[in-house]
Amino acid sequence: MRWIAVWRRNFLVRRKLFAAAVLSNLADPLIMLFGLGYGLGALLPSVAGMSYMAFFAAGQLCTATMFTASFESMFSGFARMQGQKTWDAILYAPLTIDDIVAGEIVWAASKAWLTGSTILGVVLVFGLASSPWVLLALPAAFFVGLAFSAMGLVMCVLARGWDFFSYYMTLVMTPMMMISGVFFPAEQLPAPLLVVAKALPLYHGVQIVRPLVAGGPPPDLLLHLAVLLGYAAAGYAAAIYFARKRFAS
Amino acid sequence: MRALRKSYDGAEVVSGIDLSVAPGECFGLLGPNGAGKTTTLKLCLGLIEPDAGEIQLLGEPVPRRAREARAGVGVVPQFDNLDPDFTVAENLTVYSRYFGIPEEQSKQRIPALLEFAGLTGRRDAKISALSGGMKRRLTLARALVNNPQLVFMDEPSTGLDPQARHLIWERLRRLTQEGKTLVLTTHFMEEAERLCHRLAIMDKGRIIAGGSPRALIAEHIEPQVLEVHGTGYEQWMERAKGLAPRVERAGDTVFCYGEDVSPLIQSLSSDLVYLHRPASLEDVFLKLTGRDLRD
Repeated sequence: MRWIAVWRRNFLVRRKLFAAAVLSNLADPLIMLFGLGYGLGALLPSVAGMSYMAFFAAGQLCTATMFTASFESMFSGFARMQGQKTWDAILYAPLTIDDIVAGEIVWAASKAWLTGSTILGVVLVFGLASSPWVLLALPAAFFVGLAFSAMGLVMCVLARGWDFFSYYMTLVMTPMMMISGVFFPAEQLPAPLLVVAKALPLYHGVQIVRPLVAGGPPPDLLLHLAVLLGYAAAGYAAAIYFARKRFAS
Repeated sequence: MRALRKSYDGAEVVSGIDLSVAPGECFGLLGPNGAGKTTTLKLCLGLIEPDAGEIQLLGEPVPRRAREARAGVGVVPQFDNLDPDFTVAENLTVYSRYFGIPEEQSKQRIPALLEFAGLTGRRDAKISALSGGMKRRLTLARALVNNPQLVFMDEPSTGLDPQARHLIWERLRRLTQEGKTLVLTTHFMEEAERLCHRLAIMDKGRIIAGGSPRALIAEHIEPQVLEVHGTGYEQWMERAKGLAPRVERAGDTVFCYGEDVSPLIQSLSSDLVYLHRPASLEDVFLKLTGRDLRD
């Protein structure tokens, strides 16, 4: 459990900037939510049996969680690893690169969870959810965060420079956001694209959170959780492999 | 360590090193850039794996039990990697956590560490507000959070002004008096001569000489040195070769080594500028590793 010291280090930095963090967590997703939600919501009074605003809010909760997890593990992780040499300093202590990888992934997932939670707060405040089922979106957001933090950290330990992350963002994250049923039901996609979407973690996050916002248990919950945890586990293993390689030379 | 070897991409950086450091000793590893000093240090800490050879650190086999060994070791790296997100005191608190030191214990210890580093008045300062010397002292204090038996230092005073350097040296001597073992790498000979009980000179991945600073000077070099430059030094050099056992030229300066260099001084013409001094560790170093530039 030595990785907790790494988590606590990042937490201590964040705690000092807590208000700013919550604000920045909220600003972007809220602009999207209200901009698109009110605009499109007026044209589409109801999607999949819920108001467009509530439909989109569920997707936005997952997307914002994905972005926070990815940005923290890639950009902030890279700053700590490469720019500040914080990882090097930690390695003189009785910690290993595996501890650092674990600490960084759980940390980025925690930060992403905070983003998901603030959006859940908005969902509650604006009365977009209809039952206490929605509270289960809290643990769900953590699993979404874990999957994307692990993937982001793989990018971090593979990166030679900052430019590297823009490939991942443009080629992976943005298309994923478009096809994972965030803005419209994924079932409207052409069949081959839907197959791709179902292989990606964001789709499964949305499939868990949206029924919870609608007020019931998500169908196929275990399958969706398994995919998220699978991405987290594979990302963790890959991040450890590449981090060891990077720090052995 | 015994018969230690390490290659990167086919190039051998450490080529069969045997070294041992006794408890309480201040040991210096000297060598030009690229000699393999930092790699040797990283091998000792178990941060990289050797291709061959054995390492024991505080009685633990490394890299197998490097984590356990590192619990009793402090490290001052060549480049400061203090945490810029924290204040001076927070750097020590957070670093203590990496060692699993209970919060109460680190709270008690930090004032003494700040005192040692001469940073008591700066405990809440940002790292970016510290001078180079202060950062170095804080890095040294950070290496002591776990009260280590052994402290590794990679170029402890590189880039510091003389005041800051002397303060660091004074602190390092204090650590030796407290009974801590110090291992430092340096290419700064004055530092090695002043601090180290014992030295090893490393070049191209091998140990090429070892012993106390005085023994090394006595063993490898003549006690007196005359450095000469100025108009006509080339002609003079030809004559000097008959008067001194060893005469070398580097650029436009002639170095003469001998037991007694007074006949040489008498033979100098008024156009030549000279410096007469006792031989130092630097002369040994240059003799053994050559005068060619290392990049």
